Amino acid sequence: MILQTEDVTKTFGGLVALSDITLRVEEGEILGIIGPNGAGKTTLFNAISGVFKIDKGKVKFKNRDITNLPSNVRARLGIARTHQIVKPLNDLSVMENVMVGACFGKGNANLSSARKKAQEVLEFVGLTEKSEALAGKLNVPEKKRLEMARALASNPNVILLDEVLAGLNPMEVSKMLEVIKAIRNKGITILMIEHLMHAIMNVSDRVMALVYGRKVSEGTPEEVANDPQVIEAYLGDPELALKLFKEKRRSG
Amino acid sequence: MGKGKTLYWLIPVLLIIVAIPVITGSVTAREGIFLILMYVSLAVSINIILGYTGYVSFGHIVFYGIGGYVAFYLMRFHGLHLIPSMTLGGIGAAIAAFALGEAVLRLRGAFFAIATIGVNEAVKALVNNLNFIGGAEGLFFNFKIYRTYGGAAKAIWFSYYTMAAVTIITVTTAYLIKKSKFGLGLMAIREDEDAAVILGVNAKRYKSLAYAASAFFPGMVGAVFFFKAGNIEPHDAFHLIKSIEMIFMVMLGGYGNVTGAVTGALVYERLKGFLLVNPLFKNLHMAISGVILLLIVLFMPQGIIGFIRDKSKKLRGILE
Repeated sequence: MILQTEDVTKTFGGLVALSDITLRVEEGEILGIIGPNGAGKTTLFNAISGVFKIDKGKVKFKNRDITNLPSNVRARLGIARTHQIVKPLNDLSVMENVMVGACFGKGNANLSSARKKAQEVLEFVGLTEKSEALAGKLNVPEKKRLEMARALASNPNVILLDEVLAGLNPMEVSKMLEVIKAIRNKGITILMIEHLMHAIMNVSDRVMALVYGRKVSEGTPEEVANDPQVIEAYLGDPELALKLFKEKRRSG
Repeated sequence: MGKGKTLYWLIPVLLIIVAIPVITGSVTAREGIFLILMYVSLAVSINIILGYTGYVSFGHIVFYGIGGYVAFYLMRFHGLHLIPSMTLGGIGAAIAAFALGEAVLRLRGAFFAIATIGVNEAVKALVNNLNFIGGAEGLFFNFKIYRTYGGAAKAIWFSYYTMAAVTIITVTTAYLIKKSKFGLGLMAIREDEDAAVILGVNAKRYKSLAYAASAFFPGMVGAVFFFKAGNIEPHDAFHLIKSIEMIFMVMLGGYGNVTGAVTGALVYERLKGFLLVNPLFKNLHMAISGVILLLIVLFMPQGIIGFIRDKSKKLRGILE
């Protein structure tokens, strides 16, 4: 087990954003995380990457308790992430952005090996032609790929992908899915938050569903998709939803 | 990141400027260029925290004052030579900055800027009330001190050469920092501190170190300046206007850029000289500087050098 959380709880004022989330992630798997807006998916990523202190519970990485470590140390240990709202380093070039990941992440590279690593990663995500452009000048899909490249350049064991498919057109989505599968083939464990159901169902080994900060379902994509609680969270009345779901199956 | 060509022309240009009074023997030129060098060094060093890291240290002159006082005290009461006194002054300023950084660099944006002004004023008030370093009246040299350097006239030349050396070291160090992994981390912090931390940059430590580096050189500059002046008093050592001038020079030339800071310092010194001498503008030079700063921020936020870099890809590699 590479990553686990035990009873992680986080409240913001009176709002319980995460409630007793226990999660186990095996090395090399892709774990999909789904849930309606405001379910606490990104909050869970923030708890794992150490953006804030959690109120209760533990986060363990490679069997080491990392609950109280700051996020830069977690990055150095091998946890990389992307942001749902992209955070490019605007006035630095694409190359420099990726070099930051290589220099300060688990790779801890010096500048010249960081440059090599960055070239390799930019090639991998298909941003080579843009490597000298300023990151702020990229369009949204390119910025998403840049987020991914930066995370990858750090040589992580675990990568947290926060809605990397959102806002992409179908062509770009399938390209991105190829990249995600290729990352997994490198032996990197992936946790991904996604709203695009067909994509996440297709690519994940396991799926977990969050609703109002609680884990309501966990299992294979098939199991989770058929869980009445998940269906209710997304569509309201489970009876009706199930009916629609079956009708769609019959026709599709 | 280019090939590091900037220093190959920037250092020779600075050396040529340094050589002018040496060759002509002109005292006027020496005084003018002494000030230019001082401005260059101050602008290039504040650029490390302001331009690379993105933190506006409004009261940065405090480190110039601290370095000046430490060195002056050592020379005046312990008869120490300028060079070790100056080094210790720089180290004193750097330590003060590091300690201060650990405390106030958690503040961001305007809050940090205001905190640094507060620090400068607090240190000024403190020094005003410390009698062993002269209180509000400051300290004076006994002219005998200059004998070590071969008399007062030679001591002034010595301070000139020392200032030149400090300036060259400042420019070189600032450039090397920019081109290092440390510098990359600082620029990541400037662009988006939260993202930098997630990428593994130890922002807290890096900011304090950058602050210490950007305080070290003003500390040395202060030491040389007050050695040459022969006296030091709180009002001169912690003069807030000088802080504003430092920021102005960096904004004028182009922040985050060594050539920019050097250019800003050169242009500002000339501009100030012109405005001060011209009877029409005599008392207005700060007001005019303010208007120029406003125009720069509005129309050319990247400064003179930043503007040229934007326009010409060819020049980019040699203007860093």
